[in-house]
Amino acid sequence: MIRPHGGRLIDRHAKGEMREAMLAKANELPKIQVNERELADIEMIGCGAMSPLEGFMNRDDYLGVLNNMHLASGPVWTLPITLSVKPGDDRQYKIGDQIALVDQDTILAVMDVEDVYQVDHLEEAKKVYLTDDPAHPSVAFLQSLTDTYLGGPITVLNKVQHPDFNEFRLEPKETRVLFKAKGWNSIVAFQTRNPIHRAHEYLQKCALEQVDALLIHPLMGATKKGDIPGDVRMACYKALIDGYYAKERVAVSIFPAAMRYAGPREAIFHALVRKNYGCTHFIVGRDHAGVGTYYGTYDAQYIFDNFTREEIDITPMMFEHSFFCNACGNMASIKTCPHGKEEHVFLSGTKVREMLAAGQRPPQEFTRPEVADILMKFYQSEEA
Amino acid sequence: MDKVTIKIPRQLYEKIQLLVEDSGFSSPTEFITYVLRDLVGEQLKEKQVEKGAGDLTNEEIAAIKQRLRNLGYL
Repeated sequence: MIRPHGGRLIDRHAKGEMREAMLAKANELPKIQVNERELADIEMIGCGAMSPLEGFMNRDDYLGVLNNMHLASGPVWTLPITLSVKPGDDRQYKIGDQIALVDQDTILAVMDVEDVYQVDHLEEAKKVYLTDDPAHPSVAFLQSLTDTYLGGPITVLNKVQHPDFNEFRLEPKETRVLFKAKGWNSIVAFQTRNPIHRAHEYLQKCALEQVDALLIHPLMGATKKGDIPGDVRMACYKALIDGYYAKERVAVSIFPAAMRYAGPREAIFHALVRKNYGCTHFIVGRDHAGVGTYYGTYDAQYIFDNFTREEIDITPMMFEHSFFCNACGNMASIKTCPHGKEEHVFLSGTKVREMLAAGQRPPQEFTRPEVADILMKFYQSEEA
Repeated sequence: MDKVTIKIPRQLYEKIQLLVEDSGFSSPTEFITYVLRDLVGEQLKEKQVEKGAGDLTNEEIAAIKQRLRNLGYL
């Protein structure tokens, strides 16, 4: 079994009497209402998905990530995982404080404050998202925060509750047990926040030819407006797997992270945390975790060159743009197809949405009919 | 460096003497130390990999397997 990032799978859940005692004390602590991203981070930290992190970053880790893409203790880490003091909260937090992190009325966790520090959101935006354009969803998110961050380990007292898909929510220790029980030694993870069309199906199956199994790991944390809702995506994944995948070689489980749209840096993050889930390989396609035109098409692949194989440990599987080629009569990429673009079945996202909204199935060379039918229903509904 | 004496069968020792000749090792002791260090390193690495599964107890693993069965994963 592959080692977790940093060597040890973190578990920050309090149990039994200790949990009861901490809960009682937490009621008396100063409370910080967490935002949607922090909520997802608490869930990820608690179950070890973000190993080796044990809490929100202190200044040294934060600066290490911004400037060198490494934690102060050494491991590669590319995204700041931070907790901000909320607007209007004028308490003077200091090192040694304990605070309760709450969602509405629920106490989620207690944090031991080890650092209180000021940040420059413009610098963070430029270094992590490579832009300060407020049209970028994460730049806009940073602008909504105060510039005071608190760092320190957390202890989770109540797990984040979800209204849906609980049957697909597996923690890293659970996927690890699953893989071992199945006898899978090499597992490739596929990160997605979209329905899977033929091009991504092709990448997955090319990857699966090289390993024992495929983990389809759709991100279900906070996404941006316009992304397809989780229930629609899950229905698409089920239809696809039922019809076209070898079921004994594939598993679907939800990835609870919040989307950052950090492109290349998020590709590294997505790969590292999949190690914690027990995956040995990770698919990196074109414009991974991108949004708009902030990142180059293959920047999320090039960034892996900044690190040694030992530092990353999980094996990235890089893929070119893929498509159905009418002349080849199969799925291909520019590495394997000699024909011109006129032979390639390509539809823009806008065109696909227009077709689906008009009740028109895109060609089966682009998307499976079962997936198209689910998406048509969605795009013709009021929800879309 | 502090050292201890380990006993091995003479026959094995003599075979190692043959191996060591012209091998670059100056003595059977140096050869055995080299081999054992390599072996122990590998074993420790494997042990760490096993620990990477999350340091779960048998009861915890059984509970997880039951949940996975209930959900249809197993």
